[in-house]
Amino acid sequence: MPGVLVYVEHRDGKVLPITYELLGAARSIATTGFGELMCCAFDADPGTLVEQLDGADRIMLIRHPALSPYNPEAHAIALQSVVQSCSPDVLLLAYSSVGLDLGSVVAIRMSLPFVGYCTALQVANGALDAASQLHGGKLVAKTRTPLPAIASVVPGSFDENAGKIEGRGEVIDIAAPEALTALRIHFISASAPDTNQIDLTKCERIVCVGRGIGGADKIAIANDLAASLDAEIAGSRPVIDAGWLPKMRQVGKSGQKVKPKLYIAAGVSGAPEHLEGMKGADCIVAINSDAKAPIFEVAHIGTTCDLFELLPALNERIRKS
Amino acid sequence: MSIGVGTVGKNQRKLSSSEINCMHVLVALRLVPDTAEEFELTADNKDIDREWIGFKLNEFDDHALEEAVVLKEKHGAKVTAVALQGEGIDRLLQTALARGADNVAKIAHDMPPPVPAPAAARLFAAAAKSIECDLILTGVQTGEDLFGQLAPSLGAVLDWPQVSAVSSTKVDDGAVIVQQEYSGGFTATHSVRMPAILGIQTASAPPRYVSGSKLREAMSAKVQSLKLDVELPLTVSEILAVGFPESAGRAEMVGGEADVVADRLAEFLRERGFVNG
Repeated sequence: MPGVLVYVEHRDGKVLPITYELLGAARSIATTGFGELMCCAFDADPGTLVEQLDGADRIMLIRHPALSPYNPEAHAIALQSVVQSCSPDVLLLAYSSVGLDLGSVVAIRMSLPFVGYCTALQVANGALDAASQLHGGKLVAKTRTPLPAIASVVPGSFDENAGKIEGRGEVIDIAAPEALTALRIHFISASAPDTNQIDLTKCERIVCVGRGIGGADKIAIANDLAASLDAEIAGSRPVIDAGWLPKMRQVGKSGQKVKPKLYIAAGVSGAPEHLEGMKGADCIVAINSDAKAPIFEVAHIGTTCDLFELLPALNERIRKS
Repeated sequence: MSIGVGTVGKNQRKLSSSEINCMHVLVALRLVPDTAEEFELTADNKDIDREWIGFKLNEFDDHALEEAVVLKEKHGAKVTAVALQGEGIDRLLQTALARGADNVAKIAHDMPPPVPAPAAARLFAAAAKSIECDLILTGVQTGEDLFGQLAPSLGAVLDWPQVSAVSSTKVDDGAVIVQQEYSGGFTATHSVRMPAILGIQTASAPPRYVSGSKLREAMSAKVQSLKLDVELPLTVSEILAVGFPESAGRAEMVGGEADVVADRLAEFLRERGFVNG
């Protein structure tokens, strides 16, 4: 019986939160009378993953040494093999580095349509209806795709808890494809973020600068405000890529996911990849010249005031307090 | 400017160290709508109106071009930048020459923009075969990749190994050693046998500044057009509508001069207990 298949992302033996979101999204489709909720997990020894995947009806496993640690080529081969064996109506992956690696590869190899950047999904009349974020969250596209189809989901779009309940948890082993023995990509090493100097995930107050700060020499004004507030300075991806701040201070999809009590975003537009890393902050203050910037959708208070005038003025008032 | 014509088979071939010295890197570049601009929608609400808005080089492609030039400087590679034909493409490719590309070419096609990744991948794949390259670099994504990403799509079309979200590269005996980035600041290093495709997230160095004189010099270069015989796939997904996100309107917006705004923000921070007094 066909249904919805979720690709399980995991690291160091732990299923990652986005997988539960995908299971939650898949469950919402499956409960509308639309087949089973299946998931697939690939690892040298997937045993510890199985007990974390109760939300699925069927857990398809492929065991092979080449599957851990994560290898883009090996996982694409394994995923294609599972899709061929269970022919799901919908395959869900995360909008993540791993999802980017696998989604389009499997789509092209199997001649399946792919829809990316999804924040809402629904299956009706033999088609997948999706809402997707485009142009850094400035637009939303609504699409209809005939089944079977592959969709990648923006983290933070679905409820994790919905993916932890209701499943039968039946385990099915699938034979490892032979192609796993002839890979062209080989894993060499892995590294975890260097949290010795600064761990943004533990900071209570963060002042984050974005592209709008304009240059490394301008970061001093944000630094001054951070010092007065006893906050840490951080940057969005363009700031880190430009070398204005070190990588360990990056907030967002490819940096740290933070949850401080206070988050001041200065010159940050709030692309979905940035919001993913900070929208859980208790209190968000946003300063950005574009009144339509998505950062204002998650901020509690905001202004389009020029940040080069505002930050020193605000700092002056705080220092006097 | 000339483009070598030849073919690269699906089968892997290991490059000898002398071949690495003449490694050929293809960079796939794309122009995308500048998100700093005000977008307007077309009358049928199915796309943004592309007639009056500005376009810029996709920022991840900017990094891909930089990484290609870094590889050229480190390993003596030849760099060819290619893009799908369209408005502003000649200028984009001329800028790539000024940035350090050795050759450029635009790929002729008759699809309206934005060309979906599955179709773009077939066009770029045909170009890669015709110029006989060892490595393809492109940006990991664009903001309008509704129907797939280019790098993995190219990987599937050419049957070459592919890695997305790459932040540094070096060449080592027929393979490219890459760092792949994951969320939370985790990274992994992989060895990828060439020919290969990399979706670049960040170059080893920030994209370089090009002087006005170099740019002016490149503007006189003629951009060759590649006409390739490619069968393009149909897009079966339908765009029902494109619109602006509904505003949740959570933020209290503070207007006025900097002093007025600073007063209100200071008061707000005081109310929330972040500032004493």
